[in-house]
Amino acid sequence: MAAGLTVMNAAGRGAKVTLNDLEKSYDRAAAVAGVSLDVDSGEFLTLLGPSGSGKTTTLMMIAGFETPTRGDIAIDGKSVVAMPPHHRNIGMVFQNYALFPHLSVADNIGFPLKQRGVGKAERAKLVGEALELVHLPGYGDRYPRQLSGGQQQRVAFARAIVFKPRLLLMDEPLGALDKQLRENLQLEMRRLHADLGITFIYVTHDQEEALVMSDRIAVMNEGLVAQVGRPEDLYDRPGSRFVAAFLGESNFLPATVRGIEHDVVVAECDGAIIRALSASPPATGEKVTLTTRPERIRFADGAWSSTAPQNRLSVTVTEALFAGERCRYSLQASDGTAMVLKEPSSAAIRRRAVGERAEIAWSVADTILV
Amino acid sequence: MEVRSIGPAGTRQVGALRSWQPPMPLLAAPLLLFMLAFYAVPVLSMLMRSVNDPAWTLSHYASLTGDTVFLKVLSNTLYTSLTVTLGALVLGYPVALSLVRAPRCAPVILILILLPFWTSVLVRSYAWMVLMGRHGIINEALLAVDMIDQPLRILNTPLATRIAMIHILLPYMVLPIANALRQIDPSLARASSGLGATPGATFRQITLPLSMPGVAAGVLLVFVLALGFYITPAMLGGPREITLSMLIAQQVDQLNWAYAATLSAVLVGTTLAIIAAMYRLPGVGNALRMSAR
Repeated sequence: MAAGLTVMNAAGRGAKVTLNDLEKSYDRAAAVAGVSLDVDSGEFLTLLGPSGSGKTTTLMMIAGFETPTRGDIAIDGKSVVAMPPHHRNIGMVFQNYALFPHLSVADNIGFPLKQRGVGKAERAKLVGEALELVHLPGYGDRYPRQLSGGQQQRVAFARAIVFKPRLLLMDEPLGALDKQLRENLQLEMRRLHADLGITFIYVTHDQEEALVMSDRIAVMNEGLVAQVGRPEDLYDRPGSRFVAAFLGESNFLPATVRGIEHDVVVAECDGAIIRALSASPPATGEKVTLTTRPERIRFADGAWSSTAPQNRLSVTVTEALFAGERCRYSLQASDGTAMVLKEPSSAAIRRRAVGERAEIAWSVADTILV
Repeated sequence: MEVRSIGPAGTRQVGALRSWQPPMPLLAAPLLLFMLAFYAVPVLSMLMRSVNDPAWTLSHYASLTGDTVFLKVLSNTLYTSLTVTLGALVLGYPVALSLVRAPRCAPVILILILLPFWTSVLVRSYAWMVLMGRHGIINEALLAVDMIDQPLRILNTPLATRIAMIHILLPYMVLPIANALRQIDPSLARASSGLGATPGATFRQITLPLSMPGVAAGVLLVFVLALGFYITPAMLGGPREITLSMLIAQQVDQLNWAYAATLSAVLVGTTLAIIAAMYRLPGVGNALRMSAR
């Protein structure tokens, strides 16, 4: 295998990136409004957010294609703000791959080596290794237009890592591919990240992609980082309504705080008592929003039971959809609050009809105050 | 197989039901007839005179081979076209680049290029005469600042012809190059710079090669137009700097139709040969086809 590019002892191969109060404004409108972030050596960090959230602008500033209006970018402790892109030694995969159409695959991958004065023979050897790494051996003589989208993506990746950068930036590199190919490449990218041991900063608007691939996710909204954390932490304990809604699907229940028992918030919602976890304790009487995931709610009027502390609510089924692997129900509480429940499908489980009244339950651990 | 065969048959039936539309060639017929009657027929009848005046003969062509005046005029024409093309390329490429790279200045640059383009060649050639004459603005200005003691001879020299021709033909060079540059994906330059290429290396290895379709189109246009240029060399050129088109006009004036027709055939043939040769140059044919797409 490509022993020159991958190493057994991967520790310390990745760059440490520090963003300090980074800001970028265009004509007074802030695209990035003060982002501070620490990316660890060898980490796979994803900037996730809707379009216009500032994630790509942040990436472009790290690469050096945009100049920050304010703030600092440090790579391994050294500020790079004043450094032009061609001196930063950062690998980058563009959304449209940006392969040079007039150069063969081998010349595309050899391009960064040529700029660094690597000799012809050494270049050919490294290009061969890089092609092997992305499973395209023997494709060196082809031209980009002769390759499929997935192959072009692999070439762009090979070109970005062939000169052994310590940091790789990727701007929605899988956005243009179909679902099946995207899922395969997600896993391959994860594997390459582990093999190369370098730091990846990845930009996407696809929350599933972010959850599958990242060590940590920074959810961005309106030019700011809304929350940073491991995928499961963000999913289980969203810090804000925006994060809860953007990362996966969420139910939102309006409630009034009645008190706090053993660090658990006790709130009243539609006449029922709902217990929830909260990062900071709210005041009694405060109007709050509680959130829970649709797949973590169950119908509680059957043989179903649990030992974990439960929240319960009476609802009416307003819509029932069969989606193959699961059933999706739209529910309504008596105060009009709409909720969604997802249940794994099984021939053994009775399907609910529209208009049916039901009791639902979910655990307190899955209820978060946002 | 049977299921598949239903497709095309069904499509044909639907096509037959649609209202009648004239086929495309028919729409171009009026123009084709016009071109045939007022362009193809006169040009061909003129060219025919080179072989059937006064009777069928190839003697007009045979006599050209030993004709030193003709050979000198032909080489002068080719040399003038070559220098004008190179001059327009060297001056035009940076203009095309700034047209694309500085979008704020682009409208001003475009107007500066196109304004003379909308003025008659005759008027522009007269304007150059005013500028370059013995008592023209250039000489008067140089005399006024004591840079020269005597007026320079600029008008009626090869230099005058070339300056004016470059000026007139510059848009034909700038516009195709600018068009090619505009079609280059801007992320390629970013990628190149991100991969470690200095701005100069990015230009040499990415921008320049990708703009070659425009360069090839511009060079071909300017060279071919320069080959047949008449007014400007006739008005500004030196008495001994005769081009092929001037020689043709001279022969027509002397009612020497057969000789004029022979020279015209040579001019047309040379032009076509150069176009064909350029298509055959490695890379250029591809580039031209790409620019046509």
